[in-house]
Amino acid sequence: MADVQIMNGNQLIAEAALVAGCRFYAGYPITPSSEIPELLARRMPEVGGIFMQLEDEIASIVAAAAASYAGYKSMTASSGPGISLKQEGIGMACMMELPLVIVDVMRGGPSTGLPTRASQSDYMQTRWGTHGDHMIIAVAPGTLLECYTETIRAFNMAERYRTPVIILSDATLAHLSSGVTLPPRSALEIVERQQPTVDPANYRPYETSPTNPVPPLPNRENFPRYRFHMTGLNKDATGFPTENPASVQADENRMINKIMDYTGAIESFEHYQLDDAQVAVIAYGSNANAARVAIKEARSQGLKVGMFRPITVWPFPFQQVMELGRKFKHIIVSELNLGQMIHEVQRALQGRSELHGVLQAAGTPIRPQQILQKIREVSA
Amino acid sequence: MSVDYPRYLRNDKLPLYWCPGCGNGIVLKALLGAIDDLRWEKDDMVMVSGIGCAARGSGYVDFHTLHTLHGRAVPAATAIKMCHPSMHVIVFSGDGDMLAIGGNHFIHACRRNINITMVVVNNWIYGMTGGQYSPTTPPGSKASTMPQGNIDSNFDVVELARGAGATFVARGSVAEPALLKNYLRKGLEHKGASVIDAISSCHTQWGGRNQLGDPVQLVEHIRNMTVSRNNADVLSREELTGKLVTGIFHQDLEKKEYAQAYAELSRPVEQNVVV
Repeated sequence: MADVQIMNGNQLIAEAALVAGCRFYAGYPITPSSEIPELLARRMPEVGGIFMQLEDEIASIVAAAAASYAGYKSMTASSGPGISLKQEGIGMACMMELPLVIVDVMRGGPSTGLPTRASQSDYMQTRWGTHGDHMIIAVAPGTLLECYTETIRAFNMAERYRTPVIILSDATLAHLSSGVTLPPRSALEIVERQQPTVDPANYRPYETSPTNPVPPLPNRENFPRYRFHMTGLNKDATGFPTENPASVQADENRMINKIMDYTGAIESFEHYQLDDAQVAVIAYGSNANAARVAIKEARSQGLKVGMFRPITVWPFPFQQVMELGRKFKHIIVSELNLGQMIHEVQRALQGRSELHGVLQAAGTPIRPQQILQKIREVSA
Repeated sequence: MSVDYPRYLRNDKLPLYWCPGCGNGIVLKALLGAIDDLRWEKDDMVMVSGIGCAARGSGYVDFHTLHTLHGRAVPAATAIKMCHPSMHVIVFSGDGDMLAIGGNHFIHACRRNINITMVVVNNWIYGMTGGQYSPTTPPGSKASTMPQGNIDSNFDVVELARGAGATFVARGSVAEPALLKNYLRKGLEHKGASVIDAISSCHTQWGGRNQLGDPVQLVEHIRNMTVSRNNADVLSREELTGKLVTGIFHQDLEKKEYAQAYAELSRPVEQNVVV
């Protein structure tokens, strides 16, 4: 029998984290993410995991990263203002190469902004919020089911690539409740971090091989017998600091390439009615639902429109969008901000298509009518 | 009985990064001596540090070690203790790291009474960045960012930790390393949040600006300031001004330890998780 649950997006993320094997959560209360810690506060003790409400956002990300160092699958959740504070910890996890999942339930901003209103204005923050060259993986679920499945995928990618992965949800998805048919456990792939096979005396936390740029990292069971050092300073294979220019450069490159060389496996997107379309809409997250309604309506009026919906939003699906540029004269980007992903789209299109925006930062969702209006304009 | 220090060190990382004459080596040596007394296994030891001179200490010990961000050692140590409650978790970091940028984490770890040992390597100055005044710089003394003499009041680490709820609080100094080792040992053994205010000496950055640039002279200065807790009891407030009172100030064996309290919440039903 299908497993139907009535839950909101936050609760689905929290339950999926447990299914993915998350056994450590640290966070600080912030709207609109609260159902995530509330559910985990109850559930973690039941599954032998750890839930901590800490003194601030910074403590929470650092604790979550340290739990990952100690072998646990680990998560923290917040919203824009909290993610701003967590940026130093995100950078530390990037540098230390610690698997970690960070949920950003986006709300309006900047500053305290609109705490209970949806936005997509953290898109660039998730990519460039922390200082220094680095790469990040970010996924933007568009449906309640994806809140569940993308969370599991986020944990899998974090463990596989030893990197922080950000889940970009928003206030709309967070508080949308519906019956969701969850996939059976047997259908879910759960990835565990690669374990060292060397004797603990010979283990080096950043030892790579030509065929594997992601070094093994001890899990919860193996952690006590593998003693090693990690630092936020630039490091070499041993985990100790180095300022050797060649070593630093090679490590910086590897940290980016260990993600960019695997974009084929990391990318996820939806093509919706693009095959015969003459106009393409690009939208992501909850806002893609407005685009979908607009496209249905446009098609009922005889306008051939489709949608490209990135689910993995970082790394940006550059190649996919470049190909759209070869096919479509008009591309509409709709996002709940004053223009963030649209800049990446513009870079990928390289001037091949005419680019149009349906952008909004009013605290209210973009209505299908607004996107339909733009479709009509460019189709005319 | 002599301590086999090389057993606890990553000997290939020596010599120490600290200036010759720095007090931090004395604090680290006292800590290793305390661990040796306890016969604790290296596999069971975790040392976490933030950023600064003292924080480099984590790189030298052959334990599980994590050199985190500036001020963030305490939440990292908290998480590791929760993940592996049977392991011994030590924070080894400086006064600026733990009391200024990390001050919030410090007081909350004390309040929670989590069983970690926080060694505040307190040399009254930001050494690594060039001698700026810290939350423990003595009033009136000079720093690179207070060349006229410090107008800030300084934290009393003992009072701060006790007020915040730590259940073991002691102060020792590099002028009395054998006593410091004892306090560290008792702090390590204590089952709760323990804080040891370990007065260290920075002759390079603090001493040089305050006519105490010679490391031996600076340790002598600290020795002359030192009054044991028992002797301090009979001194007036005026007589204690500018003194450094050392000893064990507080131990509470009643307050519940945090990881233990959390474990008592847990009713694992891992076998039949309903999702």
